[in-house]
Amino acid sequence: MSLFQVVPDHSQVNKQEIILSIRDLSVEYQTRRGVLSAIDTLSLDLYKGEVLGLVGESGSGKSTLGKAIMRMIPSPGRITKGQLIFKNQDLMAYDENQMRDVRGKQISMIFQDPMTSLNPVQRIDNHIIEAIRVHEPNISKDEALARSESLMERLGIGRRRLKEYPHQLSGGMRQRVMIGLALALKANIIIADEATTSLDVIVEAQFLDLLRELKEEFGLTILLVTHNIGIVAELADRVAVMYAGRLAEVANVDELFHNPKHPYTQGLLRSVPNIAIDSQDLYRMDGTPPNLVMPPSGCRFHPRCPHVMDICHQKQPWLVRVDEIGEGDEQVGGYDKHLASCWLHQEYQGATQARRY
Amino acid sequence: MSDHNSSTILRLQKVKKYFPVKRDLLQQIMRVGEQQYVHAVDGVSFEIEQGKVFGLVGESGSGKSTTGRLAVGLLEPTEGEVIFEDVHLNNLSGEELRKMRRYMQVIFQDPMASMNPRMSLGEGVGHGLKIHRLVNSQQEFRHRVSEIFEKVGLTPGDAYFDRYPHQISGGQRQRAVIARALVMQPKLILADEPIAMADVSVKAILLDLMVQLQREFGLTYLFITHDLATAKYICDRIAIMYLGEIIEVGDIRTVYTNPKHPYTEALLAAVPVPDPRFRRPAPMPRGEIPNAINPPSGCRFHPRCPIAQDICKTEHPRLLDVPGQAGHMAACHFRTGDYIHLDPGPLINMNVAMAE
Repeated sequence: MSLFQVVPDHSQVNKQEIILSIRDLSVEYQTRRGVLSAIDTLSLDLYKGEVLGLVGESGSGKSTLGKAIMRMIPSPGRITKGQLIFKNQDLMAYDENQMRDVRGKQISMIFQDPMTSLNPVQRIDNHIIEAIRVHEPNISKDEALARSESLMERLGIGRRRLKEYPHQLSGGMRQRVMIGLALALKANIIIADEATTSLDVIVEAQFLDLLRELKEEFGLTILLVTHNIGIVAELADRVAVMYAGRLAEVANVDELFHNPKHPYTQGLLRSVPNIAIDSQDLYRMDGTPPNLVMPPSGCRFHPRCPHVMDICHQKQPWLVRVDEIGEGDEQVGGYDKHLASCWLHQEYQGATQARRY
Repeated sequence: MSDHNSSTILRLQKVKKYFPVKRDLLQQIMRVGEQQYVHAVDGVSFEIEQGKVFGLVGESGSGKSTTGRLAVGLLEPTEGEVIFEDVHLNNLSGEELRKMRRYMQVIFQDPMASMNPRMSLGEGVGHGLKIHRLVNSQQEFRHRVSEIFEKVGLTPGDAYFDRYPHQISGGQRQRAVIARALVMQPKLILADEPIAMADVSVKAILLDLMVQLQREFGLTYLFITHDLATAKYICDRIAIMYLGEIIEVGDIRTVYTNPKHPYTEALLAAVPVPDPRFRRPAPMPRGEIPNAINPPSGCRFHPRCPIAQDICKTEHPRLLDVPGQAGHMAACHFRTGDYIHLDPGPLINMNVAMAE
């Protein structure tokens, strides 16, 4: 680790406390052409106080995973197996009433287009007051208003703007209102699904700065779903890379960017134009993401992989530790562990010893 | 990409485009209220050299797409001149302009919206050849189009001819749109966010394809993007737009390493860098781009500018040469022009930021 000049600041992260544990989750969509396997037996832990970047291309299942956590997979999709352990309870066992209490209040979601999440005929302050009072019926209207005013002040939206309607606010302001809603309810987890994608670059930077401050101030846990690896590099503590419904790699942000193990991650990182590099040589990844009605056999990345071997066609690689395993360090998973699912790495660890996380 | 044939292919001179704002119902009935205009493009001038990639960069609402449409004659300017190879587009009749269009092709962002879903790829891509009567037989037509398909990586070309847009992937569709521009043997291609919709792994391939084709056919691109990292990769020169005006223009390296306008500085500093060891220099300018109906007085950036002074509220800065830097111009009182002695220094030290 001494190689790294700047080690990411994990001080806010509680490396012991897993707030959400996704276990063997599968999501399938029934389509006319057959069953589409959007997420295939995926396991991932979210630690309290971390920003976990969830990266992938369209169709990788990253947004589906975000929605699955809220149990909001639209029909004809459904969660076919797995557990969502949140505060020691399996959300899969909850009924709709219990889930309603989780959504918004405990786990909040921010989408790309805040206009579709806000009621166009309701004033901003009424939005927030109503959200607070639905989840905390004992609070008076005045108290709720006071809380929303001080919160929005903190987010840079003055009292005057609170009396306005969503269409009167700019895109950046609307996105701050969405964050405000999550904070007003004191949500444990915020899932930000491409939340900055529709914002202009300066407004995006302002929003990322705000998120970083709020994360420290309120100890937020954020699942940052995005295709933009620049944003992940800037904000995330840890990164999970998805490909075709499975996890390709999970590591802390510095490891992932400077010591990527999965050929997909390696290709992805090198195919993005970087403004800080002169005369960059972009990597051209072969092929396109697969059709998940008929996913490739074995490792789903094998048709595009530059290191493809025979076994990659036949067997699915497990998500295994690829970092140095020290003595007495046999625990599976864990915050600091670097995981990848690639036959290149199961090989040298010995496939028999490889354990699935 | 040698400079032996450096001649200007396209020139815009003080081009303006105002769009009338629709008055609300009450105003229409009462016939009151002043007619307002969106100042989408407000006095833009630049030149593009033959065989180069000229980038037009800005946030949404900056007028970059409108400028692009004006540049290839898809929109008529309210004021000003667009000159393509010494021909003033404004003076052309509809028929003359249509003939000219062959040499100025366009690639838009959304390939699905750019293609007729009921036309086969071959017929759609080659449509222009038939309109401009550039082929004599169906056989020649099929041959020309298939040839172009192979050039853009849709191989074998003949196999793609009879397929339909919905049968191929988004990346392949964008290749087809590029092929449609190329088949006309254009001199200038307007590429308006051509890779913005593609997936990360496909973006790099399309970008590289465009570079390769540009070199092979000696094309000139007017490349519009909001992504400054992409612009750095492909452009030779770049113009930064803010609220309908160009506020800085120059060679890509010069502008990126030595930005003069505070807005350019902020824009460059705001780009997320795909490296967690990199720390973005703060702070960012406040607020967002205002609307273009009543643009701010003086310098249009002044309400957001961290170094603004009273002069910026009243006096409009002109786009002037940066002293000692050929071809580099900026419109800021403190960086070019008469108030340079008042320059409080760079807003963000880009070099320090890059080194970290």
